[in-house]
Amino acid sequence: MKLFSIRGGIHPDYRKERTSEKAIVSFPLPATLFIPLQQHIGAPAEVVVKEGDQVKKGQMLAKGQGAVSAPQHAPTSGRIAAIAEITAPHPSGLPQLTVVLESDGKDEWVDDLPQPIADPLKASPDEIRARVAWAGIVGMGGAAFPTPVKLNLGAQLKIHTLLLNGAECEPYLTCDDRLMREHAAEIIDGARIMAHTLGAGRVVIAIEDNKPEAKKIMTEAASGHAGVEVIGVPVQYPMGSERHLTQAITGLETPARKLTADLGVVVQNVATARAVHHAVRHGRPLIGRVVTVSGGALPDPKNIDVLIGTKLSDLVAFCGGLTKPAKRFVNGGPMMGQPLPGLDVPVVKGMSGILALTAEEVNEHPASPCIRCGTCVTICPCGLVPVEMAAVIRKDHLDQAAHLGVMDCVSCGSCSYICPSHIPLVHYFNFAKGMLNAQDREKRRLDRVKNLAEARNARLEKAAAAKKAAAAAAAAAKAKAAAEAASQPPADNRPGA
Amino acid sequence: MSVTIEKSGPFGHAPSSVSKTMITVLVALLPATLFNVWLFGWPALFMFLITVGACLGFEAICLAWQDRPVKATLFDGSAALTGWLLAMSLPPWTPWWIGVLGALLAIVLAKHIYGGLGQNVFNPAMVGRVGLLVSFPVQMTAFVPPKPLFSEGAPGFIDSLGMVFGGFKNMDAISAASALGHVKTELTKGVPVTESLPQVFDLTSMITGMHIGSFGETSAILILLGGLFLMVRGVISWHTPVGLMGTLFVCASIANFFAPERFPGGIFHLFAGATFLGAFFIATDYVTSPVSKMGQLAYGMGCGFLIWIIRSFAGYPEGVAFAVLLMNALTPVIDHHIRPRAFGRTSKGEPLPVRGDSK
Repeated sequence: MKLFSIRGGIHPDYRKERTSEKAIVSFPLPATLFIPLQQHIGAPAEVVVKEGDQVKKGQMLAKGQGAVSAPQHAPTSGRIAAIAEITAPHPSGLPQLTVVLESDGKDEWVDDLPQPIADPLKASPDEIRARVAWAGIVGMGGAAFPTPVKLNLGAQLKIHTLLLNGAECEPYLTCDDRLMREHAAEIIDGARIMAHTLGAGRVVIAIEDNKPEAKKIMTEAASGHAGVEVIGVPVQYPMGSERHLTQAITGLETPARKLTADLGVVVQNVATARAVHHAVRHGRPLIGRVVTVSGGALPDPKNIDVLIGTKLSDLVAFCGGLTKPAKRFVNGGPMMGQPLPGLDVPVVKGMSGILALTAEEVNEHPASPCIRCGTCVTICPCGLVPVEMAAVIRKDHLDQAAHLGVMDCVSCGSCSYICPSHIPLVHYFNFAKGMLNAQDREKRRLDRVKNLAEARNARLEKAAAAKKAAAAAAAAAKAKAAAEAASQPPADNRPGA
Repeated sequence: MSVTIEKSGPFGHAPSSVSKTMITVLVALLPATLFNVWLFGWPALFMFLITVGACLGFEAICLAWQDRPVKATLFDGSAALTGWLLAMSLPPWTPWWIGVLGALLAIVLAKHIYGGLGQNVFNPAMVGRVGLLVSFPVQMTAFVPPKPLFSEGAPGFIDSLGMVFGGFKNMDAISAASALGHVKTELTKGVPVTESLPQVFDLTSMITGMHIGSFGETSAILILLGGLFLMVRGVISWHTPVGLMGTLFVCASIANFFAPERFPGGIFHLFAGATFLGAFFIATDYVTSPVSKMGQLAYGMGCGFLIWIIRSFAGYPEGVAFAVLLMNALTPVIDHHIRPRAFGRTSKGEPLPVRGDSK
């Protein structure tokens, strides 16, 4: 099949060979699990258990609230030891409400799991979506956007292609690679279910050419299914970016501020597809995931099948512990992953990688002056001019940065990675985006307040006008009555009456 | 256990650095430089070392003065590169003070007054050269014919030291005009190009470099080699050199076609003077040229056009330095108007229309 080229991009040092040939291993049942109530984009889940409750594996601990949310389920059986504020795997290092589950070691499933959906490819989209929503499935590639919301796009837009993202363009990460090699049939089944739910006739599974084994196995697994293709895409970071992958496969360029769905393409991660398979075919909620634990500070990196809520420190110990000093801990891949405040935080649904990187791997240097080499302009996959945006952001001219397109930046990190002066360009852009979003929220709040105030003034004016009109009417009536009274000789005023 | 977070990702970096880039450029200049040291002998080598050394000295003074880290910045290679390029643009036999004065103009006036590395608007080496050219036209146009090292009549080591520091004797007697200079002078005397050109234009010697010219500009083939090396290493792209040389060639060829007795042809313009050096090493200076590839193409074309205009109509026979400086001034304008199209937007910056279903 003809592929389309994407603009710019880089070829970072991938370092995938550290874990790519290591089969997925299961992590032993931890004694305590920590399940944060917000592991996804949207509203946090609302807790439905209380301290001291006995719960079984798969039992709902917290239900989704609002249109964009996801429930959380017990990853194993045991007792709710606490519902407390605990440090979240977030760069801020701030705590958030977390269910602490003490395992009873029995790992017993709850009795009332939903029945498998008999023939999901004939089931109604609503039934599948309800099941996926119940299972608490979110995008497992890292964004953690609630999957049922995305599966609903087929109801509003005409979707022709489900694009399954097996590009895994981030360095180090191999969990999707291993999943595709070890669970190809489940992934393809999940993808077909999602395509059916979206009303998409075509499933394209895109795999970067540096994963030939995964591509081969997936191609074999897909061969029996009509409308399912496996396509190798060039190794070019950020090929796994939703918009860029869509462009590479379909040639369609997603307009700014639109979704790929507006072009009829929905992109889902391979691990998400497998979770959908489990929810639909087996009635299992999302309570675990495969995560790549890697980085030069670890002697024995692995791909680990782990329960949500397992402490990262346990996983690091499982990989031999930190035998070299780690300069950075990262949640996700090194390019777009989030820095972690430490290892005393739990695994969450969107966590595809846990990296303990040495100073040598991180290769940080103090920024030196920009020499205007223009490499950032050449490699920017979004067609932006990073050097110029950073210059205006440094001067706090955020409006100019917005004009130059900073909100179009996907924070892929290519410019920072390549900059010979080691200027932390993406750091500037993230700062500007945060500030602009805050300004936007504030502006909308002020607009709302203004609208309310105006409405109130209008209402008061109307009321005043009505009152005035009523008063005028009353006065008029009174005047009229008086006039009438004056025109009639007041009988009883006659003298002598 | 916990790690402080000072910045967002990426948590990794390409093995690139400013000094690596600068050193790559210096390596690319090496073949042409060595050749010309051989071609013009000890005086040229001394002039080269004085100029580069003076640039490093002024850089160190400026950095120390501003309380900036001297050692780290000095060895990033940028000052050495400025000095190197300045030396290559000077006549090979010049007194020591020309090199030192040029370094002063380049490093102090053109670079540090603006704020140092990355901040200068004009190419420092070309500011140095132009400043010298307009101030000391005699010294700056006294070219010597090739006198290869150890050849008959070439000055020895000690003699050369005396010449560079004590002054050149009989420079009038030994110096000759460059090809561009000769054609220009003859033209003012009423000798048509068709007559004057064949006296100085020998394509073979211009390609190999065995001809009169500034210290580093004579060998087209070795400069091209360095330029191609830079392209292979990804330090420069084809846009600026092709834009410059292509435009110069086209302008010269058209003029030559209509008035051959007045205008030399495209081939002559390409191989005479500093065209190759300018196209691959001067106009491609990062700091003072546009950041986008299309901007670089436009900038290169502007340089080529101005070179032809200056060579053909201005008082000076050579125009590379002036053309580059003029285009430096236009770089912010080019960067403002020529920028890549953002993903998902039209070239005007509006979101693309939704195209609907694909077939």
